[in-house]
Amino acid sequence: MTGMAENPLDLLPELLILAGAVLGLLTGLFVPRERQGVVAWICAAALAGSLAATLAVIGRPDVMAFESFAVDLPTNVARLTVAATTLLVLPLARSWAPGDRRESEVYTLVMLAALGALVLAGADDLLVLVAAYLLASIPAYALTGFAKDAAGTEAALKYYLLGAFLGVLMLAGVTLVYGTAGVTAYPDLDRAAPGVAVVLLLAGLLVKAGGVPGHFWVPDAAEGASRPVAAFLTTVPKAGAFVALYRLAQDVFDQPMLPAVLAAVTMTLGNLAAFAQDNVRRLLAYSTVSQAGYLLVPVAMAGRGDLAEPALLFYVAAYAVTNLGAFAVVAAAGTDRLSGYAGLARRSPLLAFSLVVCLLGLVGTPPTAVFVGKVLVFAAAWQGGYAWLAVVAAVNTVASLFYYLRWIRPLYAEGEGEPVGNGWVACVCAAVSLVLGIASGAVLLIPSGGIN
Amino acid sequence: MLDLVIFLPLLAAALLAVPGVSARWVWLGATAVDLALVVAMWLGYDGGIGYETRLRWIPSVGAGYHVGVDGLSLPLIAMTAVLFLLCAVYSWRETRRPRSYAALFLFLQTVSIGLFAALDLLVFFVFFDLSIVGMYFVIAGWGHGDRARSALKFFLYTFLGSLALLLGFIGLYLGGGTFDMVELIAEPPVVPAVVLLAIGVGLAVKTPTVPFHTWLPPAHTDAPAAGSAILAGVLLKMGTYGFARIAMPMLPEAWRAYAWVIIAVGVASVLYGALVALAQDDLKRLIAYTSVNHMGYIVLALGAAGLAPGAGRARELAVSGAVTQMVSHGLITGALFLLTGVLWDRARSYDIGRYGGIAGTAPVFTAMVAVAAFASLGLPGLSGFIAEFQIFTGVIGAGAVVAGVLAILGILITAALLLRVFHRAFLGAPGELQVSDVRPRELMAVAPLLVLSLVIGLAPRWLLDLVEPFSAALVSLVSR
Repeated sequence: MTGMAENPLDLLPELLILAGAVLGLLTGLFVPRERQGVVAWICAAALAGSLAATLAVIGRPDVMAFESFAVDLPTNVARLTVAATTLLVLPLARSWAPGDRRESEVYTLVMLAALGALVLAGADDLLVLVAAYLLASIPAYALTGFAKDAAGTEAALKYYLLGAFLGVLMLAGVTLVYGTAGVTAYPDLDRAAPGVAVVLLLAGLLVKAGGVPGHFWVPDAAEGASRPVAAFLTTVPKAGAFVALYRLAQDVFDQPMLPAVLAAVTMTLGNLAAFAQDNVRRLLAYSTVSQAGYLLVPVAMAGRGDLAEPALLFYVAAYAVTNLGAFAVVAAAGTDRLSGYAGLARRSPLLAFSLVVCLLGLVGTPPTAVFVGKVLVFAAAWQGGYAWLAVVAAVNTVASLFYYLRWIRPLYAEGEGEPVGNGWVACVCAAVSLVLGIASGAVLLIPSGGIN
Repeated sequence: MLDLVIFLPLLAAALLAVPGVSARWVWLGATAVDLALVVAMWLGYDGGIGYETRLRWIPSVGAGYHVGVDGLSLPLIAMTAVLFLLCAVYSWRETRRPRSYAALFLFLQTVSIGLFAALDLLVFFVFFDLSIVGMYFVIAGWGHGDRARSALKFFLYTFLGSLALLLGFIGLYLGGGTFDMVELIAEPPVVPAVVLLAIGVGLAVKTPTVPFHTWLPPAHTDAPAAGSAILAGVLLKMGTYGFARIAMPMLPEAWRAYAWVIIAVGVASVLYGALVALAQDDLKRLIAYTSVNHMGYIVLALGAAGLAPGAGRARELAVSGAVTQMVSHGLITGALFLLTGVLWDRARSYDIGRYGGIAGTAPVFTAMVAVAAFASLGLPGLSGFIAEFQIFTGVIGAGAVVAGVLAILGILITAALLLRVFHRAFLGAPGELQVSDVRPRELMAVAPLLVLSLVIGLAPRWLLDLVEPFSAALVSLVSR
């Protein structure tokens, strides 16, 4: 950290999203039901502003805002990822929410949850971390059960119970750290947090990240919530949670073995559970669990070599856009059964191709973005002296191929199905995933440009 | 120019997305132009790394788009361009989704040529992985029999290999600080021998050698004829090419230390492939196993090149033989698989026992199979002989006498099994299934491959002049 500041403009991207949420809520109160779509436009404008504000400051020297919020490269990457993916979730929600009498609330809740993810990413003080956790969680619970149907309610209850329980454990961890060290700001903790506290701290964040043991809500929420919400929940909060985990691993504790083992367990469990799924949303949900495992690898390697940070940040962004693309295909195709995808290539070649790109992208096939992320992750693990973790990750990658291919195969088979909806979001995600992979060199150069 | 050769097929594939464009003409045109460009490149090549292009891709880890050709890659690129052109000719009458079929093959051509030209480990890996994806769709979409299962097995197996390879590459990167092949070859990175194990397993799956070959027979049997020809002719070479391009010059110490392991794997592949092929009744499986046998010769020769210093000339001979074998096997096996496609087209069966007396109804077809089979078993006057003669001389000269003698046994078995096929299916009384003679497009697709094999067999100088400087350089690199 090169300086302390109390300039609210440092938090402009966050403030813009907050303003968008508040303005959207107020507008929603006063416009008739059939014209609530305007709220989506307000939120989109706020997110676009947030993106622009981040792009304007990326590469600037690191700033510590209000002694508790780090404005540095990880935060800026999280800002970009969160704002961009939320911006892409809005059109998905836009095609689902109309007609609901609480339409504007969907957009507002999405914005607030995104804001929570952002604060989570930037938190540099344990108390801010707890506040951010709550801000990211409560709108997400509401969104999960928003449709008020049986599946959504059950998912929301599961998500809430798990989130509340492990969240309380995290709070206990914060208390413990404060009790032993007397401070809560990361820089003062000096990587000396006691082991018990580390376990407790990880517990809460792993719920947001969808990693073992906080992953139980993921498949139910992905299946029970509406499709746009499922896309949002498995993408945006993770971006914030992983950056937060990385900060903890870098500044608060120095126990690489624990996250390394959690990474291995998470990726293996997610993959094994995904094998037999016939519901694509459950399949994708378990795939996100396994992806969380790969993302935990650079968390474990924090502070052990210079590859961990680019690996984490690049993988987070790559994963977010690719996963969102796969969910966008599900939203456009309008069916959750694997068999419902038979012959999709006939009905919509572009949508099928986007799905192939996204699924092979999640496997880590070049030249998509996740491939570069995976190379960096493997290299970071090896560089940090955890070559076995790289091997576990590689074996898991092969295993994951099996269930992704189960989904790809029917696309090109013969089959009749429902007509598909508009899939431009999926195409955009697939294209971004490819471009991000091919242009990865330019993207990875941003940090060094910032130091100069 | 090299970049154009690599990406021209991909551009043509993109052109196919335009409605109304004739898929077969675009396919044929692009492959023909590509071959013409390769010939021009060959004529203009004057030693060292030619037609080099170097662009930054991921500079923070020292990876870039770096391509170029030398005496190893140029013959393979030429063989690739020939084979893809002839597959376009062969598939002229493809009726099942011809547009996607052509696009996939054009995509595979870009990938294959790109791989043989790559001078950066990550670029190599990108093309290596994409070749698996492309071939998966060819088998799953246009194959026959239990194609979904075979395609899945192919993808899983070779993808596992590719990840082992990736881990090996990361090891090289962490040891050498760059992904650039030229730099890594100039200064071999100091890494543990386990890196060679990772790279070796990755390439051995692709090659394939015993015991990593089990994906190959089902993939070949259920792939369409042109797909099999590309899979055996081009994709298998990616493994052996990787040994000569990456494993040997970048890990010379480990290669020398474990040369006997590599030789043993080679000999095992030679004998096992030949013996299992002998037991096959399915013609396509049989040819698939002869591929294991032929790839074994290459691995054996490359292993012998890592034997103790001295006998430098013999080791160079072994490497030249290996490279010639890569080209020769591409031509001959490509021809054999296209010819089995004729059988499938006429009678929907590969079962040797159900055919008989094909020579009576299809004399031209029989003649072509005969030439291809003789070339495959290494009859003098055909390219297989030039390759195998150099390999045996080199291997025995380098000191691996027992291995050389055992490998020659492999030739005997191959000869026996190909003659057995000939007796049962082509000579004698007519069998249950009838075969009509080759059509013009089939003749035009296969004959050039056999002619090329004959040309290399009779006058190999033009090829060896290109290969030998590379062999000498490789042997001196591996002896460091």
